Amino acid sequence: MSSDTVLRLSGITKRFGSLVANDAISLDLGRGEVLALLGENGAGKSTLVSILFGHYVADEGTIEAFGQPLPPGQPKAALAMGIGMVHQHFTLADNLSVLDNVMLGTEPLWWPFSRRAAARAKLVETGQRFGLGVDPDARIADLSVGERQRVEILKALVRGARILILDEPTAVLTPTEVESLFGTLRQLIEQGLSVIFISHKLDEVLRVSQRIAILRGGKLIAVLPAAGADKALLAETMVGRQVQMPTRRPREPGATVCSLRDATVQSADGRKLLDGVNLELRAGEIVAIAGVAGNGQQALAELLFGQHALHSGRLELQGRAMPARAADWVRAGVARIPEDRHAVGIVGDLPVWENAVLERMATPAFARAGIVKRAAAQAHARQLIERFDVRGTDSMGLDTPTRALSGGNMQKLILGRALMGAPRPRSTAADPPGGSGPAWGGPALGPGGDPGSDKPATLIVADQPTWGLDIGAVAYVHQQLLDAVARGAAMLLISEDLDEIFALADRVAVLHNGRLSAARPAGDWTLADIGLAMAGSEAEHAH
Amino acid sequence: MRIEKRAVPSRRLQLAAPLLAIAFTLLVSSLLVAWAGAPVGKAYALLLEGGFGSTFAWSETLTRATPLILTGLSAAVAFRARLFNIGAEGQLYAGALAAVALGGLHGGAGFALHPALLLPAMMAAAAVAGALLLLGPALLKSRLGVDEVVTTLLLNFIVLLFVSMMLDGPMKDPTAMGWPQSVVLQDALQLDKLVARTRVHTGLIWALALAVALWALMKYGTLGFQIRAVGANARAAAFAGMPVGWVTVKVALLSGALAGLAGAIEVAGRTSYVTLDMSPGYGYSGIVIAMLAALNPLGVVAAAVFVAGILVGADSMSRAVNVPTYIADVIVSVSLLSMLVATMAAQYRIVFGRRAAHAG
Repeated sequence: MSSDTVLRLSGITKRFGSLVANDAISLDLGRGEVLALLGENGAGKSTLVSILFGHYVADEGTIEAFGQPLPPGQPKAALAMGIGMVHQHFTLADNLSVLDNVMLGTEPLWWPFSRRAAARAKLVETGQRFGLGVDPDARIADLSVGERQRVEILKALVRGARILILDEPTAVLTPTEVESLFGTLRQLIEQGLSVIFISHKLDEVLRVSQRIAILRGGKLIAVLPAAGADKALLAETMVGRQVQMPTRRPREPGATVCSLRDATVQSADGRKLLDGVNLELRAGEIVAIAGVAGNGQQALAELLFGQHALHSGRLELQGRAMPARAADWVRAGVARIPEDRHAVGIVGDLPVWENAVLERMATPAFARAGIVKRAAAQAHARQLIERFDVRGTDSMGLDTPTRALSGGNMQKLILGRALMGAPRPRSTAADPPGGSGPAWGGPALGPGGDPGSDKPATLIVADQPTWGLDIGAVAYVHQQLLDAVARGAAMLLISEDLDEIFALADRVAVLHNGRLSAARPAGDWTLADIGLAMAGSEAEHAH
Repeated sequence: MRIEKRAVPSRRLQLAAPLLAIAFTLLVSSLLVAWAGAPVGKAYALLLEGGFGSTFAWSETLTRATPLILTGLSAAVAFRARLFNIGAEGQLYAGALAAVALGGLHGGAGFALHPALLLPAMMAAAAVAGALLLLGPALLKSRLGVDEVVTTLLLNFIVLLFVSMMLDGPMKDPTAMGWPQSVVLQDALQLDKLVARTRVHTGLIWALALAVALWALMKYGTLGFQIRAVGANARAAAFAGMPVGWVTVKVALLSGALAGLAGAIEVAGRTSYVTLDMSPGYGYSGIVIAMLAALNPLGVVAAAVFVAGILVGADSMSRAVNVPTYIADVIVSVSLLSMLVATMAAQYRIVFGRRAAHAG
């Protein structure tokens, strides 16, 4: 053991019932090192750091920090030994100042006076030392996400952390903020601190860390030096098989499917959620909306899900004004993928087959005279499960409660429900309802399409379609969306993940404070441009 | 040892849960019986015999179960959609009053319609009265977000006072020697007895038929599907394009109609006139029964017969061994509580395992 090892995990094993979340994991962390912990959802990253920080107790194994054994199951002991954690979801009190938040929990409650002056001096000093400038008197509620994260890091540093654990720290940041975070990390390790950086984003991990520990299925598969590692290798090691990266076929945009003119949406209390938005969605084209969460994405998604009415302006789908009735949008062939799959996408208590036809249960395809056509609905669900590879229904079949599915399989179910659309009527000569044939120029059915019975989607509205999914599932979802667009659908993608946006989009627009920038071809944006626009300085660029 | 949630509830445990709950209930209640100074075994034997031990006991139990099935169905369908209708008691009285108002017009002659027409009209009027009574709270809930628990509960008192006013006023039976009761329905408007010399009437058949119909609706109907979806996740139901507010209104009409029918069937089958004490809280018991049945319409029938049997059996037990009849209320309440705990516990599993075998 070199004297530079600050943290040593030996043979950590943790079981939950029959599931082995961590299987004999041994790992060292060096002084002044950023160690990335890479793995898919459920690989055991969170369990491992929870054990490290004392939230869980390991079934087997020991932890040593700075040469001393770390008592298990005591977050306080971990803190005292210099281990600090920054959670993905911040643990800050919004209504208090930065100083209050940093002091919170550091003082004995029976002490009559608060030592604010000393705490302030320490906060300012720590901030200067690590280049983390934050106004101690600012209210948390007034800070940006990046600034809040800095407060979290400061909180750990002021408590004397020498080892910092960052759980998915970039998930909520704009590109500019990510750069600033990476700068902070460099300063931390220059001063001899050590960092464990948890992520599933390969680019970041390669950029920021010295060594990469890859977890899969609870086992430590490999520890690689970041220098010389490449993305494909990391992805393969992480997933355990070759990942089919989505392939794009060149395509020509066709006719306009959906358009927004001067669209304004107001909240119940009169705030403008969307402010004069113009947008044109064409067949065979993907338009992505980038932006920091909370800048009107939800209003835009709900508008195009048919759930929200316009306050002013015009919204047309295939040349017709559309009412704010979700059922009408479904009938018009809009494939809708909501952001929150648990709360909005599915009814968890209902069986898989009922969720597979949730949007269309009351249509003639699945019901007659108020009676559900069980056989038809179940056949459709079976087909969906097969075609979209929904797993987890082996023991109970179609009656499996949908909440028992994993996130990825739930998303496949939602994707399948949206993309498969309504079964086509039996008669072979039937035109799609509405009279005119398809308005787009693309091929009626592309590769991967089932020439069976379904009407392809005309418009896909996908709000964060791969949020929280692992690499394999992400690739699958992306491929299905690309295939559907190749078959002639128009698509609107709302995402906070720039990798996803640039992997899929033909044109990109940025939403900030309810205002949408012009949608420019994806190749015209630089990362710096888009970062500025997400932070709201698009005004200078626009005109 | 740890407790973990099961991803998929165990079917066997779900079936065993009610039995365990009943066993626990009898155990707890036996302490009270012993406290009252009665022999526990004998008391339970008498209770069972009084509720289920003879043709007569069964007839009384089923008579009592008839309105309970209907109010239980009323609660079950409403609760399934997360419409918490606490107003079945008021809807029951409104239904009873509407039935007698129609059937007892002109001194019991009705509209001089043939009873074969008047009886269905009476039942329809009762259903409409109950449904309309719940329509207001349902609209307030879906339009303005007003809590339906408060509105339906308070409406009960308004309805009871209204019934009291009518029974002491325009609908008072002039031949009742001053008692506040309505006119008596003519014989032709009363439901036939199922068994001679007992009080069981054809209303039981209606209640059973409605239970089966509601079960089929919930299982096979698109409305039933929408009710289940809206109740389990209203946001997802709205996203999927279901008219959530409209479904709530339909459920309210259905639930109110069932409770209203309970009142009409009780009048036409048992009492033949309306009094202010015709329901010993059937509306509220319906909630207990629906919960005992886990909101399953066929389960409601079983739960209603169980509760009715306990109530009837406790009467005869109390006469024989001098335990107060309130023991019946205790048994029903404890069984509900232990049932709720048992069904929740069935969703979990207990895991035995070594903890913290931390070397060092």
